[in-house]
Amino acid sequence: MIFEDEPVPGYPLPILPGHSSPGRFERVLRAGEFVVTAELAPPDSADPEDVYRRAHIFDGCVDAINATDGSGANCHMSSLAVCALLTRVGYAPVMQISCRDKNRIAIQGDILGGAAMGVCNLLCLTGDGVQAGDHPQALPVFDLDSLTLLETARTLRDEHHFLSGRKITYAPRVLLGAAENPFAQPVEWRAQRLAKKVAAGAQFIQTQFCYDVPLLRAFMSHVEQLGLLDKVFILVGVGPLRSAKAAQWIRTHVPGVHIPDAVVQRLAGAADQTLEGRNLCIELIQEIRTLKGVHGVHLMAYRQEESVAEIIERSGVLNGRVPWYPGRDPQTNATRMAS
Amino acid sequence: MYALRQWSVRHARGLNVFYEAFESALVVLHPLWKLLGYERLERPVAAVERQVKGLLFDCRMCGQCVLSSTGMSCPMNCPKNLRNGPCGGVRANGNCEVRPEMRCVWVEAVAGSARIPGGREALGAVQPAVDRRLQGKSSWLRVARERAASAAAVSRAGGAP
Repeated sequence: MIFEDEPVPGYPLPILPGHSSPGRFERVLRAGEFVVTAELAPPDSADPEDVYRRAHIFDGCVDAINATDGSGANCHMSSLAVCALLTRVGYAPVMQISCRDKNRIAIQGDILGGAAMGVCNLLCLTGDGVQAGDHPQALPVFDLDSLTLLETARTLRDEHHFLSGRKITYAPRVLLGAAENPFAQPVEWRAQRLAKKVAAGAQFIQTQFCYDVPLLRAFMSHVEQLGLLDKVFILVGVGPLRSAKAAQWIRTHVPGVHIPDAVVQRLAGAADQTLEGRNLCIELIQEIRTLKGVHGVHLMAYRQEESVAEIIERSGVLNGRVPWYPGRDPQTNATRMAS
Repeated sequence: MYALRQWSVRHARGLNVFYEAFESALVVLHPLWKLLGYERLERPVAAVERQVKGLLFDCRMCGQCVLSSTGMSCPMNCPKNLRNGPCGGVRANGNCEVRPEMRCVWVEAVAGSARIPGGREALGAVQPAVDRRLQGKSSWLRVARERAASAAAVSRAGGAP
């Protein structure tokens, strides 16, 4: 898909009527395409090439790249910096902001800074507790929560002032996102929590890993009952499991990941567990795609990022569409650069 | 106290009725508080509030109580101080991600809110970010002062609701 007003890398798109951001991600979402996003694990390094290498793996198969913000409460390169590097070459990053490490002063500054660097998409998160990561002795901040973070970002964008009321001369043009976990307790209240997030400003949702389609289906029908389907773009989280052992480890150690026993057993019974994990992921994507109100999938393939292209290709969800990446249209770029 | 906190959520309905009556009484007594001086009352009232609500709800004295909107489960007991609903890390058994031995305060809040008339709707309201300056201050006195002030403003505006 080529937008005829698509600029050379690093330059924002014109903001269309009814759009919030000058970003490609919002364009693709609102064009009604089935969208694919993927999670980039920021490196434990200060080398920008490490970031570009990790982004390059997703070339041609994702519409936006999420840069995690200290995921699992582990220390890595900051999400803001990863996103700023990505926008330099034209990628569409989703800047994740967690409430764990920063107070409202730092967060508002980061939103302005990110937008200034060309970041068009924010994902507002609560964040994992510090006990989950490699610095359990750190101070958990949690000055805001994901809801008040959404409201804060919306205030900056739509009302052009800080929480203090002080004016902003140029507001951040950003699409606002949030997370939801349809598989965690209290399951019966999760759709209402989503409604609350939409009320607070969420325009797109990326969910936690889905390995249980019946639970997701129940959640989506609840979301539909609440009249939310045309108010928010829902991308369902998916990812390949490397082995039955890995699945077992993830479900006991990673907060909020629900993996049914049947999935673990299926992997355990396979001759090639890694291949089976990828096959399962493809089947899940194909099934999830048929659910009403699902606009895309969000791939979280930690340490298996190289499998994303193959999974997306084999799932067929892009229908031959090639998402933009640096160097996708060398000729168009050359003529535009020259003009 | 954890056991008493859980008892409070189980009895959310009765406690909410009591609490609403108690708050109304505080508002009615506004002239008395004003006469005695809100500033002078702050410390002794906050001390009583800390004891009473500490016992019943494990109150953290955030100074901006939202118990009646959270099914009588104090959200400041959430290790992430979440006032707008549970995080995505709640365990399959309904316990907290950070403190596995504790029930998630939002699992409790959802259960408690079902016992209060209009509780589910109240749970759906987006709570504003916490004003950290109010930490340790009396929520009771603040409610009395603010409600009395808004009632006075309404009557000045000609009695319109």
